[in-house]
Amino acid sequence: MMSPAHYLFLSLALFLIGCIGVITRRNVIVVLMSIELILNAVNINLVMFSRIFGDVAGQVFVLFIIADAAAEAAVGLGIVIAFFRNRESVLADEMDLLKW
Amino acid sequence: MLDSVLFYTFGGVAVLSAALMITRRDPLHSAVFLITTLLATGEIFLQLRADFLFVAQIILYACGIMVLFLFVIMLVRVDAAVPQMRFRVQKLGALAVVFALGFEVLVILFSADKLPGEGLFVQEIAAAGKLPPNSEALARSLFTTYSLPFEMAGVLLLVAIVGAVVMAKSRNRMDES
Repeated sequence: MMSPAHYLFLSLALFLIGCIGVITRRNVIVVLMSIELILNAVNINLVMFSRIFGDVAGQVFVLFIIADAAAEAAVGLGIVIAFFRNRESVLADEMDLLKW
Repeated sequence: MLDSVLFYTFGGVAVLSAALMITRRDPLHSAVFLITTLLATGEIFLQLRADFLFVAQIILYACGIMVLFLFVIMLVRVDAAVPQMRFRVQKLGALAVVFALGFEVLVILFSADKLPGEGLFVQEIAAAGKLPPNSEALARSLFTTYSLPFEMAGVLLLVAIVGAVVMAKSRNRMDES
């Protein structure tokens, strides 16, 4: 195993790339994928600290995060399909129905 | 030695394909690069002796969730050659915000030297041979200490299924009922 710092920096890099994706992309599907990337970056930290402390609780938490990511992807993609059926588009800046 | 070769190879693959993922125009290419990132992350899990999560990562993430994404991308195929990114200003702002966030996290990381070892850069923590079998320890913890959250995760997935079905239901059928 490498030092904790290595994993922290790898996780930080993936997290920031995911953040850039969420903020700059217009396609809602790619935004959802960037969120998956962020969750994945957090998982690296949890597994690494679970290994350091010798406690398996971190890995249990990763399982819950994976379940949560699956739920979020299912509902999010359902919304994308419903939106596409109404507006023929998946671009974030056309989601302005609630704008006043 | 082997450890650092593996770490840098797969970590590099993960970061590189993540960067490619958010820059490709075609969502299909983005999805494929995200799968590469997830597989590389799975190898990192394996290096941290989290065998079960390595398998779960491949089966659930790289196969299950990403297949869902690929299906929707193909279903919602917008050929309108998604127009040029016109948010130059917003992109610069986003980069500034993200760099500020990264700087902040780095400062916190370097000022926190009270990790369980003697700090951030301590090398070998626990001998890998002394760890209990991963899947067994995980299952024991999951079904005893964390059995209530486990059940609640099941309920969450059920609610998500119902939500996804309601969201994706076609409009006409909704009017009929």
